[in-house]
Order: sequence, then C-alpha cells, then structure tokens
Amino acid sequence: MTEHATILEIAGLAKRFGGLTVIDGLNLTVGEREILGIIGPNGAGKTTLFNLVAGVLQPSAGTIRYAGREIGGLRTWDRCRIGIGRTYQIPKPFAHMSVFENVLTAAVHGAGKSIRAAREQAEAMLALTGLAADHAQPAGQLTLLDLKRLELCRALAIGPRLLLLDEIAGGLTDAEVDTLLGIIQRVHEKGTAIIWIEHVIRALRKLCHRIAVLHEGAFVTIGEPGAVLADSRVKTIYLGE
Amino acid sequence: MRRHQHLSIAGGRIVLAGAALGLAVAPSFLDAGGLTVLTEFLCLLVLALMWNLLAGYADIVTVGQHAFVGVGAYAFYGAVVLLGVDPYLAFAAAALMAFAVALPAMVIVFRLRAAYLAVGTWVVAEVLMLIAGKLPNFGFGSGVSLPVRVAREFGARPDVRFATIYWLAFALAAATFASTWLLLRSRIGLGLTAMRDNEEAAGATGVNLVRARIICFLWTAPFLGLAGAIITLQKLRISPPASFSIIDWTVFVIFNVVIGGIGSLEGPILGTALFFILREYLAQLGTWHLIILGSLSIVIILIEPGGLWGLLRRVLGGDLIPVSHRARPGFETNRKS
Ligand SMILES: Nc1ncnc2c1ncn2[C@@H]1O[C@H](COP(=O)(O)OP(=O)(O)O)[C@@H](O)[C@H]1O
Ligand SMILES: [Mg+2]
Repeated sequence: MTEHATILEIAGLAKRFGGLTVIDGLNLTVGEREILGIIGPNGAGKTTLFNLVAGVLQPSAGTIRYAGREIGGLRTWDRCRIGIGRTYQIPKPFAHMSVFENVLTAAVHGAGKSIRAAREQAEAMLALTGLAADHAQPAGQLTLLDLKRLELCRALAIGPRLLLLDEIAGGLTDAEVDTLLGIIQRVHEKGTAIIWIEHVIRALRKLCHRIAVLHEGAFVTIGEPGAVLADSRVKTIYLGE
Repeated sequence: MRRHQHLSIAGGRIVLAGAALGLAVAPSFLDAGGLTVLTEFLCLLVLALMWNLLAGYADIVTVGQHAFVGVGAYAFYGAVVLLGVDPYLAFAAAALMAFAVALPAMVIVFRLRAAYLAVGTWVVAEVLMLIAGKLPNFGFGSGVSLPVRVAREFGARPDVRFATIYWLAFALAAATFASTWLLLRSRIGLGLTAMRDNEEAAGATGVNLVRARIICFLWTAPFLGLAGAIITLQKLRISPPASFSIIDWTVFVIFNVVIGGIGSLEGPILGTALFFILREYLAQLGTWHLIILGSLSIVIILIEPGGLWGLLRRVLGGDLIPVSHRARPGFETNRKS
C-alpha cells in the first residue's frame, strides 16, 4: 500500500448473473496516487469489476467507497461527475458525432464545463492522445486502434480522479505502447489514480505500483509487479500452464 | 470532404431555404384549399419534430403523442368557449394544459422502458381520450363544434381566416424548429446526441440520462398542445376520436419520421414533406394509403435505419442544418504532442 490516502475501497463485492458468480467476495483498496494493474484470464470478471465501479451494474453484495463515500446509490453519470472515468474494452463511440464532439461531450458533461471552456479541454486531450488530426472525422469511421485512443481521450476529458482503463494497449506496436505509457505517466503525474486491466504485461510492469491477479471472481494475489509476475500460482492461472 | 459535396450541401441548403421562403409567402399566392393543406403540413411537421426529439434522441419511443394534441385541443376549446378567454390567449391555455398533463404522465411513463414505455404512453393517451368523452361541457363522446363567433375572431371572411390560421401554424412550426435547433446545439443537445448514439457511453461520460429525458418530455408537450389548438381552429371542431386520433397524430407521424430519418433535424422535415406529396397521389386509395406508408417505413428501416436522410447524407457528406460543434480551425497544426 502507498502512504497516500485511499481513493477506492471495495469490500465483500459480489456479482452474480443468474446462477453464474462472476465476482465473489472481492476486496480492494486503491491509493489516491496509485497505478494498479489487473491481470487475469479471459472471463475472470475484470470488465465486470469495472462495470460495478462505474455503476453500469449493481452488485449482488458488498460495498464500493470512492473518495470516502459509499457510491452504491449513484448512477453512472454521477459517478463520472465525481471523477470516475472509464474506457470500454469494446469501444462505445458516439458513432455519428465527430471525434471532437465525442471528447467535447465528455468535457461538457463529465467535467461540467461550459461548451466554450470544454472546447479547449477537448482540443488539449485530442492533442495529448494523438487524435488531433482526426478531430473532424465521424467517430464511427475510425479504425479499432483509433477507437481505443478515443476511449482514452474521452475518459481523460472528464477530468478523472480515478481512471479505469480496460485493455487499451492490445494491438499496439512497441513504439505505440511507449507513447501510451508516456500519456498515462503524464495523467498520473497530474494526480490521477489509475486501475489498468491489460494483457500487455510489459506495459503494466513499467508503470504499475502493484499488480493484482483476478481469478474466479477474487484476487489470488496482489503486490509489487516483479513478485506477482514471478509467482508460480500466477503462471499457472494466467498462462494456463 | 470533397468539393462536389460542398456544392451539394450548399445546393441542399438553398432548396431548404427556398422551401422556407415559399412557406413564408404562401398566403399571397395560394387559395384556401392550398393553404389548408399547408397548414396541416406545418402542424404535422411540428408533431414530427417533437416525436423525433423524444424517440430519436432521448429514446422515449412514445405512441401516445396524440394525447397532448387532444389535451391542447380541449384546453383551447375550454378556454375560448367555456371561459370566454381571448382566442389568442387561449393558445397559451392549450400549451400550459399540455404541460400540466405532461408532469404526472411523465411519472408513469418514466417508470417504464422500451416496449413497456410504448404501451404505457398509449394507455395514458387512451385514458385521456376516454376522460375527454365524459366531459359534459365538451359534448361527451361525439364532441362539439367551435361557435361561429370564435372562428370569426380570426377573420370575418373565410379567406382571411384561412390565412390567419396558416400564419399561426407557420409561427408555431418556425418556433418549434428554431427552439429545437437551439436545444440541439446547446450542452443539453450535445448530451442528447451522445445518448442517441450510445446511451451507456453517454451515461459513463457524465450525461444525466434521466434529466435529459425529463427535459425532452416536458419540452414537447406545449408544442404538441399548441398544434392541437391550431388543428382545432382549422377543423372548427373537437371530438375525442378526432382530437385524440392515434392514427393522425401519432402513427402517421412515426411513419414520417422513420421514413425521413430518425435522429436528425432534416429527417422529420423530409419525411413530412414526402408524406404530403404521397398523400396527394395516394389519397384515393383509402386504407391502402396507411398500408403503403407502413410498409415503406419498414422497408426503409431494414435498408437504412437513418431513413432517406441517412442515405442522402452519405451522398452529401454533411448536415444541411448544422448542429455540430467544431474544433477551432487549425488547432491540430498549432499543437504538437
Ligand atoms: N451482463 C452480463 N450478463 C451475463 N453474464 C455476463 C455479463 N457480463 C459479463 N458476464 C459474464 O461474466 C464473466 C466475466 O466477464 P468479464 O467481466 O467480461 O471478463 P473479463 O473482462 O475478465 O474477460 C463471463 O463469463 C461473462 O460471460
Ligand atoms: Mg474484459
């Protein structure tokens, strides 16, 4: 644990879909200045965890506290307004709006700015994420990689205190991963806590303070990246060895 | 965007502006029959713009829109005939009454989603129509005609009256269009457009979906009520089946918006215009009219969910009625990340 204050505190969290238990008594504490990586095999419940934190899904049991308050009763937009930004693993662009308008919407509604002030914020985020040249394109016409950039850009434009990243590095070249790491580093330096679900271990190892391994709905282990990745249990679960 | 597309968009805008100008000078060259058709067109355009705002943006797929038209009609009649209010002020009564009915209706409607919402809005509308049929001062189930003295307030001679009613419809359509355009360009509209494209992502991006829905629902009610008042003035009669006609004020409107293109400003205009053109040719077919329009809207939805405007927009490469927001010119070259 870092010495900083806590931004997110999850206790006894459970999520069942009918008879299928996806999250099963999960506990997690994330520090205000932390970058936490989450790994785990497909279907482990990683995205479901984000949906619970973002308020898309309601938990079957357990509590989620954010910045010291229980947020179980808050709708998705309220959670966004208090600083929880998220990307979607499968991008959900506003397809018929331009790339710029996608980001503008986040700056207006997520960060609560006037259209005039949001414009500047949106432009800055587009430049940061390397989408500036595509600003006038309809978002529906972007390639998958650019859609992932847009996911990141939109999540940043809400001005997050807690950023939830869901597999944004998949398919990137090494150079692109490095650029992405630079962006995330900068966002983190401005005081944003980050939870990053990713299969690109190299990326996680570089930035994360801790890595957690999700398996069958709970964390098998959580700790310093080197130690976690060297753990034999993790190799068994994650690599299916 | 290519050069020929810029030209096409400019051409499209000229057609649109020409049509608006034509509507603005119509009373100077059209006879009573022509003005009557155009008055109907403008009223149906208002209904289409409002249904589109609800169904196309806020995901409130209502089939009870005729309720507010009927309430507006009855409120207008009640104010002008029963209370003796100045006829022009009676329009305000129609708008207010529709708004007042929208408040409790909203509470019922917003507890429901998707198919249930459609059924719920329909039930609310039917109940209101049944209530209208129980009102003794409004002629019960068979309705009642507007007294001649009220009609004469809008012009002693029929031709003057038709022109006045036309102007009222024109003013209403212009106000509806302009205010809806401004709404869509505002921050609320930005959120609505995002909702149209992806509701979950809009919520995750901070768009308050519930508030946006409430604003839209309450927004449409007074415009629908005013349309009801003008329709009453034109038909000189209220009655539960006509004033609360689901076919005329909801079903046709849905067809028009779907055919024209849902979730745009151009679509409802295009669809309503096409409806009137087709009606001139299909009217003698009777019920077939309805069947043809219904089939057409289903075919269009299967081929292009964006309707005729969706197809046209792809050719033109842009909107005729700009609601979009742009980055400042050149920002992408001024900044290097
Ligand atoms: N809305 C849902 N309804 C039913 N089952 C779901 C739903 N969302 C996720 N699941 C199931 O939960 C499990 C975990 O999914 P997910 O959280 O997406 O995994 P991961 O992101 O770790 O790959 C999967 O078996 C998936 O099918
Ligand atoms: Mg996932």
